Amino acid sequence: MDVLWEAPESLTVRQVSTQLTERDLAHTTVMTVLDRLSKKGFARRQRDGRAWRYRAAESREAYVTELMLSALDQTGDRQAALARFVRSVSGSEARALLNALEALGEGTQG
Amino acid sequence: MTAVFVLAAVAAGCVQSSATLAVARWPRRSPAAAIVLWQALGLGWGLATVGTLIGLGTATRRSGVAGSALSQLTGLLDGRAPTSFGFLSAARLVCMAAGLVLLSLLVWVLLAVSAAVVRARQRQRVLLSLLAHGDPKVPGALVVDYPAAAAYCLPGLHSAIVISAGTLDLLDSAELAAVLAHERAHLRERHDLVLLPFIALLHGFRWSQAARRAHRAVALLVEMHADDRALRQRPARELATALLRVGAAGGCRAPSGALAAFEPELDGEVTARVTRLLRPAPSLSVPALALVGVAAALAVIIPVAVLVVPL
Repeated sequence: MDVLWEAPESLTVRQVSTQLTERDLAHTTVMTVLDRLSKKGFARRQRDGRAWRYRAAESREAYVTELMLSALDQTGDRQAALARFVRSVSGSEARALLNALEALGEGTQG
Repeated sequence: MTAVFVLAAVAAGCVQSSATLAVARWPRRSPAAAIVLWQALGLGWGLATVGTLIGLGTATRRSGVAGSALSQLTGLLDGRAPTSFGFLSAARLVCMAAGLVLLSLLVWVLLAVSAAVVRARQRQRVLLSLLAHGDPKVPGALVVDYPAAAAYCLPGLHSAIVISAGTLDLLDSAELAAVLAHERAHLRERHDLVLLPFIALLHGFRWSQAARRAHRAVALLVEMHADDRALRQRPARELATALLRVGAAGGCRAPSGALAAFEPELDGEVTARVTRLLRPAPSLSVPALALVGVAAALAVIIPVAVLVVPL
């Protein structure tokens, strides 16, 4: 997937294989992975002669945003029901928190 | 009619107690006990409210509310309609129908929310498998290259702790360890399952102040409980500074501003958590805990008994 994200245009299976030289993967393995990625909607493919050309359906940033939005939805409609470490706090409370932080710092020195 | 009065009293009592519990101070001293009481109040309210409506709708009361409702329903399904149709029997039918609708709504919402949660987590797992990578600073956690500070856990059989790259930059190694200890407590004790019925309640009764209040209170108590668990491994100060830094860093404000919407009622939750970390109050005494346990048991046992045993 990283190869597809890096590529400026769509790639054939052969091109993806050559870019994955350090992994030393069989041509068929790469073909299977790309096929599964396109079935799951992460890659789009189009016929080019006898081969398929693959490209990423969305940019990496778009997927990161989707991941974080669904995980950290603040509207109370938390579909994924993920317990997050802490919710962000508003301006007034942030000031109070910073004061508390400073008090903490003095505490460690004293 | 005694059974109906008792059930109605229990239903009203559960709502009233939840209002009191939401503003009480003692749950912060023993979050686990308070979570059990919240669950009992929720279950007791559901049973008693459905029982009241169905109890009003049943004519016979030889075998308890549940028994007579069942025999009446099977009678209706067999085609044995009531012989005389007066105002009273029409009102009874309406009450019975309302009770059954409420019961199916509660069950349906729980199932629908569970299914949506499973789907959303599945999607999270797929995305994480494509996007996330490990980092020696947070062993066992997945790191996503996202500039804002965020940390959460993905519960389930293949659980994961997810930390944003922004959090890695923001916190020192001791604070990161405290965050991991907190999230591991969530995963180990399956806090997502504790919260699930309250999320379902929120979805089923969006308009309801009581449902929102219950959900918020339990969500905060779950966080406090995980804080307590993290304290067994990490010093309180590390966890407190981690909370303050991540909270004050704007949490997860998305670049698009889509997450900028704020719930003002949430203000004070972080301060409450930090305060109890730095100035811990003693947890409840054994007699007080026993009292909470008895109250929780009664909230469930009374409606179940009235539904099953004829009065």
